[in-house]
Parts: sequence; C-alpha cells; structure tokens
Amino acid sequence: MHLFVTNYVRRAFVCLMAVMMLTGCFDQGPSEPVTMGTEPRMRLLTTSQYINTLRYVFGASVHTQGEFSPAERTEGLLANGAAVAGVSASLLEQFQRTAKSVAAQVVDESHRDYLIPCKPVNAQAADNACATEFISQTGRLLFGRALSDQEVDVYVSSAEAGAENLNDFYKGLATALEGLLLSPDFLFIVENAEPDPDNAGRLRLDAYSLASRLSFFLWNAGPDAQLLDAAESGELQTEEGLNRTLDRMLASPRLNNGMRAFFDDMFAFDDFNTLSKDPLIYPSFTSVTASAAREQTLRTVISHLIENEQDYRDLFTTRSTFITPELAILYDMPAPSGWTPYTFPPESLRSGLLTHVSFLTLHAHPGRSSPTLRGAALRELLLCQHVPPPPPDVDFSVIMSPDANYPTQRDRVRAHLENPSCAGCHRVTDPTGLSLENFDGEGRLRFTENNVEIDASGDLDGVPFENVVGLGQALRNNEALPACLVNRLYSYGSGGPTTAQDNQLLDYFNQQFAAEGYRLPSLLRAISQSDSFKRVTDGWNPAQVEREASADETTKHHVDASSQLGETQAQSSKGMQK
Amino acid sequence: MRDLTRRSVLRGMLGGGVVSVGLPMLDFFLNNNGTALASGAPMPVRFGTWGYGLGMTENIFVPKTYGPNYDLPEEIESWAPVRDHINLFTNAAAFPDDSPVPCHYTGWVIGRTGIAPKDGQTMPGETIDVTIANQVGSTTRFKSLTATATADVRSTYSYENATTPNAPEWSPMKFYQRLFGPDFPDPNAKSFTPDPEVMVRKSVLSGVMDQTKSLMQRVGAEDRQRLDQYFTGLRQLENQFEQRLKKPEPIASCQVPMAPQADPPMDKTAESVALRHKMMTDLLVMAVACDQTRVINMVYSGAASVVIKPGYEKPAHTTTHEEPVDKNLGYQPNASWFTRRTMESWAEFVNAFAQIKEGDGTLLDNMLIYATTDHGYARLHTLHGMPVFTAGRAGGLVKTGQHIDMKGGPLTQVGYTAMRLMGVDTPSWGTKSNRVSNAIGEMLA
Repeated sequence: MHLFVTNYVRRAFVCLMAVMMLTGCFDQGPSEPVTMGTEPRMRLLTTSQYINTLRYVFGASVHTQGEFSPAERTEGLLANGAAVAGVSASLLEQFQRTAKSVAAQVVDESHRDYLIPCKPVNAQAADNACATEFISQTGRLLFGRALSDQEVDVYVSSAEAGAENLNDFYKGLATALEGLLLSPDFLFIVENAEPDPDNAGRLRLDAYSLASRLSFFLWNAGPDAQLLDAAESGELQTEEGLNRTLDRMLASPRLNNGMRAFFDDMFAFDDFNTLSKDPLIYPSFTSVTASAAREQTLRTVISHLIENEQDYRDLFTTRSTFITPELAILYDMPAPSGWTPYTFPPESLRSGLLTHVSFLTLHAHPGRSSPTLRGAALRELLLCQHVPPPPPDVDFSVIMSPDANYPTQRDRVRAHLENPSCAGCHRVTDPTGLSLENFDGEGRLRFTENNVEIDASGDLDGVPFENVVGLGQALRNNEALPACLVNRLYSYGSGGPTTAQDNQLLDYFNQQFAAEGYRLPSLLRAISQSDSFKRVTDGWNPAQVEREASADETTKHHVDASSQLGETQAQSSKGMQK
Repeated sequence: MRDLTRRSVLRGMLGGGVVSVGLPMLDFFLNNNGTALASGAPMPVRFGTWGYGLGMTENIFVPKTYGPNYDLPEEIESWAPVRDHINLFTNAAAFPDDSPVPCHYTGWVIGRTGIAPKDGQTMPGETIDVTIANQVGSTTRFKSLTATATADVRSTYSYENATTPNAPEWSPMKFYQRLFGPDFPDPNAKSFTPDPEVMVRKSVLSGVMDQTKSLMQRVGAEDRQRLDQYFTGLRQLENQFEQRLKKPEPIASCQVPMAPQADPPMDKTAESVALRHKMMTDLLVMAVACDQTRVINMVYSGAASVVIKPGYEKPAHTTTHEEPVDKNLGYQPNASWFTRRTMESWAEFVNAFAQIKEGDGTLLDNMLIYATTDHGYARLHTLHGMPVFTAGRAGGLVKTGQHIDMKGGPLTQVGYTAMRLMGVDTPSWGTKSNRVSNAIGEMLA
C-alpha cells in the first residue's frame, strides 16, 4: 500500500477523534477562493495518452507502434498545446494506420478469445448481437462514456456490412473498431457542461467530463470501467464519492504512469527524442545513454514523490537516485546490474536533479556545456519564469575577438555582460548556469577547463553559493520552485494554461501544498477536490455560438442528432451495396 | 483604382530595380483552376518549398553580377551544375514593423506567411505551401508532403493554421512505407484489383464523418474550427481510399524507388543531415513524379540551425554568434563551412528533380520550388539583406538562371509571385510593410 494511503487513514482517524472532541476537523487555513473555472476543453489525445489508454483497454500485448506528431509546447507544457492543437491530414493518416494495426491485432487469433466478450454464431458471417456487445463495452472505454443506442447501431452496422463483404465476422468487427479509434470522440477528450445543482446559475463539468479530467490528470489515460460506473451512478459528483474515487486513483499503479507523463512534460524531456552529442567530442554518449538519463530522473522523481511521499523541494538536493550500466561511465562508477538504487556520497557534487546527466546534457550544446542554456532552463522549467530570447542584429564582436583568451565558460559569458542588449537576460541566466560548470556537456564531473580551475560560485535571486550543492539548496528554498509545480500541475490537470484570474487559487494551492509538507499526492488531491477544477465558466453555451455560425453548412444539414444518425446508417449500408 | 496606386507606390519603393508587373498579365498564363497550363501542356505545375536556417555571409555569397550567367561566389560554388535552374534573389527584407522581433522566427515566418508574428511561437496563419496545396492538391493521394533532414519531428516550416503544424517525415524508412508501401497505387502496375477491405473502410469513414458533424454541435466556435479541419482530413482519407478503388493512369516517369535499408544516424552532424536530406529528396522526387502529391516541403535545417561539424564544439547557430571573423579571409570560416554544406544539399535537391524526364523536359521544368531562410547576414542575425531562391520553370512560365536584386524590398514579393504562378488568385499577400500585390516581372518568361 502506498505510504500516503496509510497517512490518509491515519489523518482521517485523527480527525474523527477531533470531531468527537467537538473540534473543527478540517480546519486547514483559508478556504478555496472562488474562480470562474474553465470553459469545457477539447484536448487532442497525446501519443502517451493514446498508448496508455489502449494498453489499459486491450492489454500490453496489443502494440501501438509509432509516435504521433506532438502538439506545440505552450506556456511550458505540451499538454497546454493539446488543448488547441488541430489535426492535419498527415496526422489523421497516422491515426488511421495505427487504428488499422490495433484493430487487426485485437481480432487476431491470439487476442480475440479474451478481448471479444462473445463468439459469433458463424465466424464467416455477421453477428450483430456479438458485435453489439463488443462495441458497447469497448466503445464506452474508448470514448469515456456510454455510447447512445444510435451510435452503437452505426458501428454495428459497419461491422455487419464489413462481415458480409469480407465474409469474416472478425474482419468486419475490426473495421468497426477502426472507426471507433478514428472517431473524434476518442481522439479528442471532449468535455461538456451542465447546470450545477448546488449553486444556482453556475455550471460544472458533467460526470463523464469530470471522470475524464481526473483520469487524464492522474493516470494520463482514459477512465476505467469503475470510474465510469462512479460517473454514471452519480457517486463521483458527491463529496464522499469523489474522495473515495480519489483514494482509489491515487493508490492505483496507474498513478506512476500518470505522473511520469506529467514530469516528462514539465521537464521538457521530449527533447531527449532528438538529443545527440558530437560523436568526436563525446564518443560515449549515444541515444541509449540519452534514454537512460531520462529514465534515471523519472525513476528518481516517482520513487521520491509517489513511493516515498517525500518533499518535492528535496528532489533538488537529494543524493538518492538509480543507476544503470549505461550511465555508470558518465558517473565514473562501476556498472551495476540493471537499474539499482544508489546514493551519492555526502562529499560528492552530485546532489539533486540539476546534477543528473539528464538536465546537464539536455541543456548543453552537442560539443560543450552551456551555462546560458542551463540557467535559462532552470528559470523556465523549474521556476516558471520567462527568459526573453536574444535580440536580432546584435554584434557579438566582443565575444568574438580573436585576440581574446577565454579559457573558461565564465570568461566567455562575461563578455555578454559587457553588451547592454545582452546583459539584462544573461544576468538572469548565467549566475546559476555557471555553478553547473563542474559538469561538461555530457554531464561528467570536471574541476578544470583548459587547465584553469573552474569557479562554480554563483547566486540565485540574491542567495550566493560556492558550488552546485549550494545552488541546489538555494533552488530548494526558492519560493518559486513549489509554486511553479503548482502552476504547471493545475494547468496540466485542468487542461489549459492558467490565467491571472487563477492567481488567488494558485496561492491557495501553494498554502495547501506547504501545509502538507510539499507532498505531491496531497497536492493532487487538493487540486482534484477543488471547485475550480470542476467549474465551468458562467454562461458557457455552445448553442449561442451556433447561432453566430448559422451560415455554416454543416449546421444546416444536421439540425438534430437523431435524424443525422439515421442518415449515417443509411449511407453506410448504401455505400456497401455499390 | 486603389490597387494601381499601391502598385505604383511599391514600384517606386523598389526603385525600378525589380520590374513589377500588374496582376492581369499573370492571369493570362493560367487556366481557370490553376492546375494546368492554358496551353494544354499535359503535366500540371507542382510546387515545392525548401528551408534552412542562418542565411549567409554577403561578401562570399552574393554574386557580383545580376541577370543571367551570374558568378558563383565561394559559398554557392556548389550551384555550378544547377545554376541555370535557379533564380537567386538577394538584398530582400522581412519587416517586423511594430511586432517584437524574436530571432530566427520573424524572418522565416514572414517568408512563409507574409505576416510578422506577434511573438516567438505563434504562427499568424497558414503557410504559403498550404495556400497553394488548397488550390492544386485536392486531387492527389496526398495534399502535400513534408520531410526534414534534421531527424526532428518538430522541424517544419509548414502550418495548416496557427495551431496545426504539418509535422515532417523524419525517417526515410517510414516515409518510404507511407509512400510506396502496400497502399501505394502503382500507376504502372500491370493488373489492378480493388481491395474489398478498402471499400469497407471507406464506408466506415462516412460514419466517423457523421460522428464528427454531430460533435460539432456540442463545442465552442474555436473547437468547431478544429473539428472542421478534422473533417477535412477525413475527406482526404476518403479520397485516398477512393483512389485505391480506381485503376490509376500510367505515368511514364514514375519508377518506384528502392526501399531504404536503414535510416541515417540520428545525430546532427552535417554528414548525417546531408545523407537524410538525400534520402528524403529521392523519395520526394518520386512522390511528385508518380503524382502522389503536387506540393512538397523539405526542411534542410530548422531556423537557428543546430547542425554540427564533428570535433568542432559549437553547433552552426552558436558558431555564427561566437566565431571570430578571420581577418585574412574576411569571414567566419566555420560558420561559412555550415552554409556551404547547406548550399550543396540545395544544389543536390534541385538536381534530383532535374534528372527526371517528364514530357519534353524534366520534372523540375514543371515545378516551382521556393526556398527561404530566417536571416540575412548570419553573424548579425539581420532581417535585411536576406536571400530567397526559386528553382524550376513552372511549366515554362518562369525564366530561370538569374540573379535579381530586391533592393531592400519585401521578400514576400517572391512568395507572392510564386502563389500567382501556382494559380492562387489573390490580389495581395502579407500585411503592413510585407504586403505585396506585384509579381516580379523579371522572373517571368
């Protein structure tokens, strides 16, 4: 059992005792400030959400090969980009190819017996009863909601027509499943609003939308059957029911996958997909090293935050991590067998995530370190601060003077400070980046550069330090560090960037986070329980927008959903007869 | 006429160096839908783009002479075999006007959209290749194809709209499968049997399309636009299925290339980039020759190129900033090394299309390729003194092999001319100082 569950039980017990002693139980400081919530989102499924969802629905032996084109990183997260990303024709082609391959595997002889809940009367013919069973069950998990009867009919008649044309029940069913996997109801996470019965005049997410929001937030995958049951029974929309669901979701092994995805996004680890080093300068750094470095940090994060429920800030000072043979050479240590827990000695400069090979190599050039890139990454990724890009039309002649002798990076970047148009930003990035100079461009420890001893002193927002250990400590104690996590986590969970209207809410979460010792599961719970997480902006109404766009042909042709679906059926079967 | 006035003003701005031509003259060359020549030439004109980062170094890049038979300074020496297929426009500008100027972004975004971006990550709208593909790309299997030599799925200069990049193919092996794998409708195949599974698939798709329309009722205006685009993608898929049910017309110049045996290394060395560029080029050439698409995009390097020279510690972009100018040579030797490798690949790209016979000429003769970069002088990251190139004669409409001085005028004029040549009927392109409504007369045959 996760430690936090134990904690939760313990806390609940203490509270119970407290109530019995006539004391307020959940007296945890200020109450949640009111926000307008968000508009219902329509997020494009990411590659990892697609893969996780299908793995949970069909099992790990159904492979979803391929990587879909990623959304654009927006306000620090790819997840924010997914809330506005469109689907190009070539991306849709990728979805179609994957759908075809997945569907063929699901119905093949090695899977059909346990993935399809029934057997057709005749495998060479259509069997609508069996197809209906499969489509309703699978469709519910893929769409994150029960399909309407009419929707089921559409896909069942596809399966029927396919079976008749191909003389094969399973091939027919596979084409219907391809349709489900290509449907925008699967590829987009679509949220809907409903009136909030507890607050007249306000809107909230409907039960299915709340289930999806929670599921993609915590698990990075669609809801499972039990979560959909809780949505359908109304349990999810009661305080108690929501708490019970959160207990289960936070205790599930799926949480690890979910939080891996979040930190991979927040740390911009997608850059590892293209990370490479100069083969002459760093011959031992390969793509295998790169993925091991990514994995090392994610393992450390999950173990620290989820398995051991430790203080988020201590991630930046902890010497506990995991080592694998591929990384041993860069850490200058004997190779262990496989992934092994490891603690760097107390006198080591390796202390906290900043000293992992992941951070050090990702934010460096292919052939050398980069104090500027490292300093900017620290500001942008970990503190949520914005470092402006360099201006155009700048003459770098100071830095480029062929007569200058700059043995270390400190000497080189100092030149930036002599140019007024560079100095503003470099003063923000370089003093932190320079204290990482004891690690070269592939993350190896070094004490000299060009035979000159490296001065790794620096400061972070007025806190001075001698070396990277001090930097880790200063970062750990910087208020912006936990606040940045809160900001990213809330926008990741609620499906889009935060705005100024969320400031008070974020302050509130910051206080909760601090009160709970900066433990991630408590923060996840606080966000998931909050009213803002479920609330939909007042007055939101797609129908109103509809009228503005009434010239649109599609709306004219589809006045009501039922006549439209009937037409679909007719079209599908007619299509088959041609 | 307001247009005339604007045109005269622009002509005045350009100081007569570029002969501007009024719009009606161009229309004369094209048929109504812009997909084929009014002369009745058999093959349609195909469009391509090519993009790279970090401009050039003027004193060793810009030819001393103008017009035909221009000289080839050292950075573009590699163009010698293909010079007469290329028009080189120099001394062009991208105008940020009152927008902020994020380095590496403003320049190429103006070259591809005509609009200065409002920040360093927001695309103002669709790119030129998308505008042209919407005009000429609806009948082929792919509306357009995009590939990159960088091995990075995020390297693209093609956007359907502000939030939808056309992600490039980065693996030659996967790209080959997509183009010439089992779904390839070989126009020269001896026999043809429609695949019943494709028929079934096509009908399933119509169900998905209805599902999409029904979903449109439930979402807000912006999301409806995204679904509308999704719907368009479904139509494109439907079109692909439909084509596989019909026997394609034979095409003499279409020859299925050999499947690549392995992808190039994922590193960013100039050597790996050149190899990936070559493999992607070969696939794009045949994709066009086999009429699988009429619009292609090739990325040699992203803006702020990260290509590396093995053993040299700085990637291309950092080199342009930090490398001293060699006093004897008068330029940054390593920065120029990167530009030279880039220009070799451009020459190879042009040559690859010129090698394919098509009708009485070559495939390149029936194409127009438009090449842009992010900056002018690489060392200073300028937005003036920018080079733009085109290749191909656009079915005989374009006179090639010329060096044309843009005299500090907007580089969008080249893109605008390309759009008009490709049949896009628009009175102007771009906004504010980048807005143009005149084609470049000197490049017209």
